Amino acid sequence: MPTIPELNKICSQVRRDIVRMTSAVNSGHPGGSMGCTEFFVAMYFEIMKLNPSAFTMDGKNEDLFFLSNGHISPVWYSVLAHRGFFPVNELNTFRKLNTRLQGHPTTAEHLPGVRVASGSLGQGLSVALGAALAKKLNKDSNFVYTLHGDGEMNEGQIWEAAMYAAAHKVDNIISSIDVNGLQIDGTTDEVLSLGDLKAKWLAFGWDVLESNGNDIENVIATLKQAQKHTGKGKPVMILMKTIMGKGVDFMENHHKWHGTAPNADELAKALGQLEETLGDYK
Amino acid sequence: MNKYSYTEKKDTRSGFGAGLSELGEKNPNVVALCADLTGSLKMDAFAKKHPERFFQVGIAEANMMGIAAGLTIGGYIPFTGTFANFSTGRVYDQIRQSIAYSNKNVKICASHAGLTLGEDGATHQILEDIGLMKMLPGMTVINPCDYNQTKAATIAIAEHNGPVYLRFGRPSVPIFTPADQKFEIGKAITFTEGTDVTIFATGHLVWTALEAESILRDKGISVEVINIHTIKPIDKEAILKSVRKTKCVVSCEEHNMFGGLGESIAHVLANEFPAPMEFVAVKDTFGESGTPSDLMKKYGLDTPDIVKAVEKVIGRK
Repeated sequence: MPTIPELNKICSQVRRDIVRMTSAVNSGHPGGSMGCTEFFVAMYFEIMKLNPSAFTMDGKNEDLFFLSNGHISPVWYSVLAHRGFFPVNELNTFRKLNTRLQGHPTTAEHLPGVRVASGSLGQGLSVALGAALAKKLNKDSNFVYTLHGDGEMNEGQIWEAAMYAAAHKVDNIISSIDVNGLQIDGTTDEVLSLGDLKAKWLAFGWDVLESNGNDIENVIATLKQAQKHTGKGKPVMILMKTIMGKGVDFMENHHKWHGTAPNADELAKALGQLEETLGDYK
Repeated sequence: MNKYSYTEKKDTRSGFGAGLSELGEKNPNVVALCADLTGSLKMDAFAKKHPERFFQVGIAEANMMGIAAGLTIGGYIPFTGTFANFSTGRVYDQIRQSIAYSNKNVKICASHAGLTLGEDGATHQILEDIGLMKMLPGMTVINPCDYNQTKAATIAIAEHNGPVYLRFGRPSVPIFTPADQKFEIGKAITFTEGTDVTIFATGHLVWTALEAESILRDKGISVEVINIHTIKPIDKEAILKSVRKTKCVVSCEEHNMFGGLGESIAHVLANEFPAPMEFVAVKDTFGESGTPSDLMKKYGLDTPDIVKAVEKVIGRK
């Protein structure tokens, strides 16, 4: 089990990967990726029961993860690679022709770790519910995890799925929302206010926890607490407060970095703030 | 006289219900989902016998498509059931991303397709669904013609690995295919052999085409009636073999003339063997309220319309 300092070192390397990957192709979504780095590192290095060297689509007898806000693929790809799902140097192919690391995650290129395409928002919770129901039918007691953006809460399908999960007591699912308060056109309040997000999920019948998404100890503790809330007839939601662009001062807390890649100067500055801990991909 | 006869009429949706029920008995991996239309889709028998494998999702079709995609992860074969309109147009992006692009083994089963839904009117009478579904890479599209064929198709698609769109309807129509006829995806069925013209028909229009054949035979015209139940992948060989002989074509379908069976056949012919062709289909318009038979007459999908199209296309040879 890695220690907290070791996990934070992985986070630093993942953030380096994110800015390098997006800068190299002058596209992609670094902001949300950097905000969710602690979450992904916690999930893949501490929380989930996984089988990285023998990935199967069905994932029987292991935990499953669904990224519903597929645009933060850089953080997922980096963490999957460092966890051994595919070679780290493959990160160099991100968004380039013939890559398995498509702009948004897909199963079409058979990238280990990905079980459904995502990118068009709002669909991942429904798919995860199906996988959670399949686990129940298979008497497989492992968990199904999801991650969503707070902007994604604008999508109606999320609330269809929220209603279903509570009504049918899908209590083997642990969802998280990246609450960074920003979406493409501005703050979530400016674009389409979410109102009281916690009250909404509670009203939809979910068990709701909150975490500080950029404090890895807190992320791990909350996820472990969430595991204890499963099996009690309610789906579990974690509202995870994060900072978009976390780790690089000029990228933090500005919606510009939702879908803008750092240019060469910005990349150099960003890398100056992020320690190379595991070795950069070639 | 029609070369085919029937003793009973039944709705094709009941064929789906019977097929699903049989699958429930013999394949423990088959699961079913419905968006508050269990009775209309004839899924009650399955739901009653296998409550643990039946998922009532409520009036939330987008969620239903996503849940179905997820159920395949873990080895299940989900059959979704709702009206054709809500099975396609309403959830196109969910099908596109979570099912088709993700290559999930989901069977999208759609009732009340086309004009013969009747009195509910155009909001529910989708005439664009075949086009929407056939444009999705990897999607199989099937539109069976009677109760027996629908039942057989339902059973057959469980054996096929990949997404399928199965389209059927509401009205009672003649049962004229054998109950024991095996359903082969992508394999056309020749009903009558002829030399002057080929009629390719799908769904409810197959019976209408056979009625037209009888009238045309009396007029001395030799008609080959071929049932294309699988619009994608289309049986290119059967189409070319017949048209090389008859040299002209009429396509018949309860669908918009754009995007349907006719267009798929025209694509095959344009590439390999151009021939005069007439399209018996809805002329790029929405439907309206009315009885199924009145609607089929008004929108040009009745027996005389097929007869006229045949006479016209033979004149163009």
